[in-house]
Amino acid sequence: MKDDLAKLIDRIDAARLNRRGFVGGAAAVGALATFGAPAFAADPVKGGILKMGLGGGESTNSLDPAVAASQVPFHICRILGEPLVDVAADGTLEMRIAEAVESSPDAVVWRFTIRKGVKFHNGAELTPADVLATLERHSNKDSSSGAFGIMEGIASMRVDGDVVEVTLADGNADLPYLMSDYHLQMQPASSVATPDDGIGCGAYKVVVNEPGVRHTFEKHADFWDTTRGHYDGVELTVINDTTARMAAIQSGQVHIANRVDPKIAKLLARAPGLSVQNVSGRGHYIFIMHCDTAPFDNADLRNALKLAINREEMLDKILDGYGSLGNDTPINSSYPLFTALDQRSYDPTAAAELYKKSGHDGTPIILRVAEGAFPGAVDAAALFQQSAAAAGIPLEIKREPNDGYWSEVWNKQPFCASYWGGRPVQDQMFSTAYMSTADWNDTRFKRPDFDALLLQARAELDTAKRTEMYATLSKMVHDDGGLICPMFNDFVEAVGEKVQGWEKNGVQEVMNGLAPHKTWLA
Amino acid sequence: MHPVLKLLVQRIALGLILLLAASVLIFVGTQILPGDVAQSILGQGATPETLANLRAELGLNDPPLTRYLNWLFAALQGDLGTALTNGQDIASSMGKRLGNTLFLAVCAAVVAVPLAIVLGLIAVRYQGRWPDRVISTITLATVSVPEFLLGYIAIFVLSVQFRVFPSLATVYDGMPFMDRLDAIALPVIVLVLVVLGHMMRMTRAAILNVMESAYVETAELKGLRKFTIIARHALPNAIAPVVNVVMLNLAYLVVGVVVVEVVFVYPGMGQYLVDHVSKRDVPVVQACGLVFAAVYIGLNLVADIISILSNPRLRHPK
Repeated sequence: MKDDLAKLIDRIDAARLNRRGFVGGAAAVGALATFGAPAFAADPVKGGILKMGLGGGESTNSLDPAVAASQVPFHICRILGEPLVDVAADGTLEMRIAEAVESSPDAVVWRFTIRKGVKFHNGAELTPADVLATLERHSNKDSSSGAFGIMEGIASMRVDGDVVEVTLADGNADLPYLMSDYHLQMQPASSVATPDDGIGCGAYKVVVNEPGVRHTFEKHADFWDTTRGHYDGVELTVINDTTARMAAIQSGQVHIANRVDPKIAKLLARAPGLSVQNVSGRGHYIFIMHCDTAPFDNADLRNALKLAINREEMLDKILDGYGSLGNDTPINSSYPLFTALDQRSYDPTAAAELYKKSGHDGTPIILRVAEGAFPGAVDAAALFQQSAAAAGIPLEIKREPNDGYWSEVWNKQPFCASYWGGRPVQDQMFSTAYMSTADWNDTRFKRPDFDALLLQARAELDTAKRTEMYATLSKMVHDDGGLICPMFNDFVEAVGEKVQGWEKNGVQEVMNGLAPHKTWLA
Repeated sequence: MHPVLKLLVQRIALGLILLLAASVLIFVGTQILPGDVAQSILGQGATPETLANLRAELGLNDPPLTRYLNWLFAALQGDLGTALTNGQDIASSMGKRLGNTLFLAVCAAVVAVPLAIVLGLIAVRYQGRWPDRVISTITLATVSVPEFLLGYIAIFVLSVQFRVFPSLATVYDGMPFMDRLDAIALPVIVLVLVVLGHMMRMTRAAILNVMESAYVETAELKGLRKFTIIARHALPNAIAPVVNVVMLNLAYLVVGVVVVEVVFVYPGMGQYLVDHVSKRDVPVVQACGLVFAAVYIGLNLVADIISILSNPRLRHPK
């Protein structure tokens, strides 16, 4: 059940992990022109209250960072907390609570030097012991931490003076990236028993916590980083209904609204007093086949279906251009060590040939889909059905209810629509969903050579060799996997004209949650 | 015993029995929801022994009847338990939401009920002429339009285009009363439009029914003004059906406005319930179900009592 919850989370994440550099809508271009320049020209103005209208919050939310799952808890984590390290917009590491990080040559032992002079909201100074306590809590299964999967690979941890030393079971060159996970916000050791007390060391502290309704924060006077956190306070209003959220930004009641529906983004951009911002991320919309279940255990049939989908049309009609083409691998150019593969495109003739070669009996292939699989999933399935029919491949669409889709259909039925929110690095994405033993191997992709190469790449510190290994891994999934990935989706957000200092950061939605820290009101 | 008193006692007893029956249904309903509570709390971190511990802690190993009675007695004492998902006390977090819902419902009712009755009276007075037709057409139209669409239209016109009222109806503790009224203006307008037609049509039909009676003819022959006849002689005799439909609409305002809550981001009971149903937070769902059932049964009980009391034949038996 929690599997589904976590997956659900992940699915919500996907909307946040939209991807795409820039789409040349005239409106969006105008928006960029007005935005880019003053952001660097002006000095930040201190003061004011930032109001954000956010979708993705429930009355069931908690302040405990470990269980944060949907968008609003993600933003709360980012507002209240500070991670050891963060991933910058360009994919480089940014030191936060850790001042420096170094590893042993085999990437097994990692040493994080902890910054001095960082104060928690309760006035206490952060110590390496607090860092250790926080990390240990997330390593405990009972905490139900969303970062548990990351912490699982840690064999032991200890404090050594100003340093927190982490020893891994196997070498992992990506560990600092993994430590940027938004669940891993530093909390005082005294909060281990009450992790939902909201005490962190971030730029703002909790004033009002009404889950599913609103959350307000005030500036943390002792915040260590004076270049961030310009507002006197931040107000989050939970607005799950898209139309209501768009109305709130149009009528000026909020300064920032997340999750703009791509279908209305160009219309919205015409409204006065706001701009629509989009940035590419790692999230992607997919159709997945189980490689070990008939008829999908036949590689020819899998590849016939991959050739029978029209990616350009889908990007255009489902995302209205706010995204980028998929290439049947979960990796795109947002990843640090990306190598482009040849783009697979729609080819009904080749698809028909492969379909014939596969010897499939011609009965309709059932594709399960729900509106909640990804935004526009039902329409996308209909497009897929049309383009496949042109190649002589009969698809039968079976609509499933949203409720229970992630527990009853996804990862159970052999062919369905789904999405992934992406992961910070290739290793994590492949280990989560493409390793033979992974719980979430939702394409039942089981190749020992893939698993072996993945483990080898994980401990490889030579970037060039690693890049090559990841290209090979990507190609294995592209050629042989059960993943049909038509598109990567952008994060699309609406920003009021008073907000200055907006940056393009597609690690997570709304500037990777840093809008309250890095922007200011003109 | 006075026959009215006897009738009232019967009604109230019946209401309580109904509520008890509803509580059984709610309990059984949440038990047959797919999924095990302990499993859904622990999720993927569940091991056989933690599952067993938690099941024992939650009393899930007891027979259903024992669990039902424990739950019922705790609920009677005001202890609704704690939410599984975020550990908050249900009674206090739901109390806030219920307060908001009642505030919205009362505000909408204060506008809608007098307006519906007055419009009904006017429609009867000018029956078949243009005021009647205009009133009927408009109220029927607003009833027929789905409420979320009405909400979006109201937001577009009054909030985005003319910026008269805010589109967000988020209310919170410590908000000044006038700000609260301003915040809920749009949802109140929409709710009034949604319930107006039903109440107004019922008022009109009930009074027209009475207008056929011989004593109305007598009143006309006495030379009374048409409006006096309607208001003084016909309305009191039409109260029973009108009160019934008014209460039905009030109950709707309390238990059925989740769509309006979502559109206007109003922190009421509906959204609270939906959030917890999707997370299988059974204690909250049970508590909400119980409160909704109590409101529904309570308001219908009030309607019954008013109908009984408004009937002179029952008040003054021979």
